[in-house]
Amino acid sequence: MIPLSAYVAVSAVLFATGLLGVLIRRNFIIVLMSVEIMLNAATINLVAFSHYLEAMQGQIVALFIIAIAAGEAAIGLAIIIVVFRGKISTNVDEMNLLKW
Amino acid sequence: MAFVFFAYFAVVSIVAGILTVALKNPVQCGLALLALLLHVSGLFVMLNAEFLWAVQVIVYAGAILVLYLFVLMLLNLKTDDRYFHAKAPYLLAPAAIGLAYLLFLLVRSPFGGSRGDASTAAILMNGDAHAIGIKMFSDYLLQFEIIGVFLTGAIVGAIVLAKTPKSIETRRDA
Repeated sequence: MIPLSAYVAVSAVLFATGLLGVLIRRNFIIVLMSVEIMLNAATINLVAFSHYLEAMQGQIVALFIIAIAAGEAAIGLAIIIVVFRGKISTNVDEMNLLKW
Repeated sequence: MAFVFFAYFAVVSIVAGILTVALKNPVQCGLALLALLLHVSGLFVMLNAEFLWAVQVIVYAGAILVLYLFVLMLLNLKTDDRYFHAKAPYLLAPAAIGLAYLLFLLVRSPFGGSRGDASTAAILMNGDAHAIGIKMFSDYLLQFEIIGVFLTGAIVGAIVLAKTPKSIETRRDA
């Protein structure tokens, strides 16, 4: 039997990886991918607690997280396309204007 | 046996996550993210969440990741020589210390609480999808509808954002 702490530890490591990716990468698309890693870490946590506490709510919320991740990916990639069309690179350091 | 599978899925997903953050070429990052998503779905199977396994493979690996790869190939990005942020080395040490402290706290703390009614035997009787469906469409119907409205708004917003804007000359003619 695998302890619950093991799943929570995996989830914590993945979340830290994603957070570090958001902080240190300069490419906006990779930043969005790191956000997906963080969402996956949260999902692992929810499903693990759902299994060990024998309640279904965790899996329901995990489904909602997946739906929200889909919406976030669609909107984020549309924003990338708009920014790239304005001849600004996808480098996060250079996106410092709200209007151009 | 379960421990071997858990160790495999956990180690590979962590390594794939680190590769996603650390690799230089964005397409390779996307493929590492694919490996991460598939192995996380393996963890779901170990937690008796077969429906979430299917949703993870179909929605995440099938739809979201393809969207990322489409945009990567559409934009045809050049990879910079400096692909990390300038202050990245200063962030690594605090991140490692914070993660070590977090893991220390997690391993020490006892997890427990009141148990629900969905024991493993109860889920296995009719399957995971049945249990999720009963719960979702009785107690969480409003949230389900809200998610539907949210996804519609996200689709409309993405189309409006990504639409090619009319140039000023054609707008004057119309």
